[in-house]
Amino acid sequence: MTPATSLQHRPGVRSLFTTDHRVLGIRYLLLSLAAVAAGTLMSLAMRIHLVWPDRVFPFFGPVKPEDYLALVTLHGTLMLFFVMTLAPQAGFGSLILPLQIGARRMAFPLLNALGFWLYLLAFLVLLSSSFVAGGAAISGWTAYPPLSAIAAAGPGQGLGMDLWLFSILLFGLASILTAMNLLATIVAYRCPGMTWERLPLTVWAWFTAAILTIIAFSVLLAAIILLYLDRHSGTSFFLPLGDLVNGTLHTSGNGSPLLWLHLFWFFGHPEVYIAILPGMGLTSMLLGNFARRKIFGYRVMIATTLLIGFLGILVWGHHMFVAGLNPFAGTAFSISTMAIALPSAAKVFSWLATIWRARPAYTTPMLFALGFVSLFITGGLSGPILAQPILDQYLNNTYFVVAHFHLIMAMAGIFGLFAATYYWFPLLCGRLMNESLGRWHFWLTFVSAYMTFLPMHLAGLEGAPRHYAQFDGLHNAAAVLLAPTLLLQRHITYAAFLLAASQSLFLINLAVSLRRGILAPENPWAATTLEWGPSEVQDSASGEHFQVHRGPCHYFHSPHAEGFLPQWAQESNPE
Amino acid sequence: MTPLNIPSTSLLSWLLPRDASAHGPALDQHVYLNLWIALALLASAHLIGILGLFLQRKSGGKPHSQGLVEYLPLAAVTLLFLFLTLRAERLWAATRYTGPDLSALQVEATGMQFAWYFRYPGPDAAFGQTRPGLIAPGEGNPLGLDPADPRGSDDFVTSELVLPADREVDLRLHAQDVIHGFAVPALRLKQNAVPNSGHGQDIHIHFTPTVPGTYAILCTQLCGLGHFRMTANLRILPTAAFATWRADHERASTP
Repeated sequence: MTPATSLQHRPGVRSLFTTDHRVLGIRYLLLSLAAVAAGTLMSLAMRIHLVWPDRVFPFFGPVKPEDYLALVTLHGTLMLFFVMTLAPQAGFGSLILPLQIGARRMAFPLLNALGFWLYLLAFLVLLSSSFVAGGAAISGWTAYPPLSAIAAAGPGQGLGMDLWLFSILLFGLASILTAMNLLATIVAYRCPGMTWERLPLTVWAWFTAAILTIIAFSVLLAAIILLYLDRHSGTSFFLPLGDLVNGTLHTSGNGSPLLWLHLFWFFGHPEVYIAILPGMGLTSMLLGNFARRKIFGYRVMIATTLLIGFLGILVWGHHMFVAGLNPFAGTAFSISTMAIALPSAAKVFSWLATIWRARPAYTTPMLFALGFVSLFITGGLSGPILAQPILDQYLNNTYFVVAHFHLIMAMAGIFGLFAATYYWFPLLCGRLMNESLGRWHFWLTFVSAYMTFLPMHLAGLEGAPRHYAQFDGLHNAAAVLLAPTLLLQRHITYAAFLLAASQSLFLINLAVSLRRGILAPENPWAATTLEWGPSEVQDSASGEHFQVHRGPCHYFHSPHAEGFLPQWAQESNPE
Repeated sequence: MTPLNIPSTSLLSWLLPRDASAHGPALDQHVYLNLWIALALLASAHLIGILGLFLQRKSGGKPHSQGLVEYLPLAAVTLLFLFLTLRAERLWAATRYTGPDLSALQVEATGMQFAWYFRYPGPDAAFGQTRPGLIAPGEGNPLGLDPADPRGSDDFVTSELVLPADREVDLRLHAQDVIHGFAVPALRLKQNAVPNSGHGQDIHIHFTPTVPGTYAILCTQLCGLGHFRMTANLRILPTAAFATWRADHERASTP
């Protein structure tokens, strides 16, 4: 009896607390969907306020600067944690990873279930922070002290900030549980024949991201506890002696705000790789699948995935070039950051070689994978620019940075998630998503994503800083400096609306295809990885009759026909 | 630094605001060089990708050589980024590795929610002691100057930063409450001010303003609800005009 069928016989309460990896995977994804919807609406509210700061919102009233900053904090937290960390790793990880390695379940089903409830609680705690006195925290997702350490530093820095910290604490715990589970499953639950070299690149990406999660989130949890102690127990880890915030003088000890920056970015930088690595893995696999050939330089792809993960822990200081770091440290972190460009470039070469003269099938998941490559290149190329301290001395905290991370992490990341959804949808409900709606969705999203984020580079080069609640109504020479960027900001707002509106096509497609989509044939994409194996393969996955015979993407081309040998098929290559 | 002949003035120069610092032109050149390289790489990667998608399918036959397709371009990219890194490091080292000249003008900038204050040391060229407990903006002492310290008696505090053209400035950065970001786009300058008062850990940057005029000072580190309005003016004056301005303020502040 498979877990899926056993589920249908359970009574309601027990199914609520299911440990089935498919059900949990879908729940993670639904939670991410709720988070991405909320985060998107918040970004639209921010875009409206930036361009028309006097606009009164229905059911809310005029937006005050602290409301804008609360939106900044919530948008960043929701998108980075609850969408870009939760969906690729916990969501598609739980859903697909066991199938891809021929395991019937995750190593620790109970931890998986516990993780879901922790994520859900973290989500509710975060949202609840908007409704307490003072509102949600205003210190951004980076929560630099003393702003985040002292309640008097601003509205939202009291109970709102406590709830933010509690939410991230819960999220961090859940992420570590998820990562431990993914790691243990990959190490111990691979079916016979699934050697490390035959692992799909998606699994390698989950593996690397899981290691990063355990390293990075452990440090974040420690930092959050220290910050909480500073706030409520009179310690001074991050609070310097003589700090005077809004009439509150700190006299009890001498700490360093820079310590938080080190701890936070030691987490924060690996975190963005946790978000993007699964998308890179899936993109590689999809390019091979739809180009019907082996992924170019498979071993190098594995090596670069691990290398990007490793270098990712050595670069946190590039967020601190102008934060008060020793200038020699700036040089060191500049070099380690530049080094990441090399494995990333190797991946791009491999992707280009895989699709070169391939005439691939332009299915919707393939389009999103190609979109991922494009956005990864465009967003990635501004990385080395920002990695040079002398340039960061001008570009730090401008819209240039906003453009950089939105293209490479947010947009490329979300393209990875779209590709995953369109690709694996038949596994979830036996139906294909609508292809023509999918193509419209892709092109509109692709074009409007560029329309939204490319102009931000220009605003940044002109000097426009991020985190500003408004650009008109400023005083001093700043008004003169920033006035020319207003036109750009208006354009960005219109494009952001187009980008958000295009997502309705995705939601419609989901709703329609769920019930009326074309019934999917077995292995609809002619894929070679195990999750598409016939049900006998899935059922006997951990049984003794089942074995993996080769690596993924084994396509062959005889003069008469083109065919493929999936990982589970026994026959040898007829060539 | 060997000047590279980059076609910056023609096509991209409208991107950056007017420059008014001695180190700015070299930095700008480096920005333009980076932008051109990034644009070229962006265009060629996309062209190769699109071309590869449009060409006739080639199945079977000899597979691409990994050396040619992967390692060779990788070596080229490595050299390119190495060149950019070294070039950037030389510029960084030139402004950051060494301290200011001893004759540099001493000024202190203090960030607080949500204003910048600037302090000049007066004729004795020494800043007086400040104490957080004495901070009282309503009583005209926003920085907490200690009246008991004689070095501080001739210090004067302003809300706009006034600097002479063509003289090096040693700027001491200080924050009273939370982290602020001191940024002058026209000077191609950005450095956070971190609260750690009175412990000798204030951050120093040095630079030489060149072109007289009025420029924007921004806060570029999220510091609270008034972050966006934490701006001030930088006024760069010709040498003689600065001397007059300073003499006026010193006379006013001398007890």
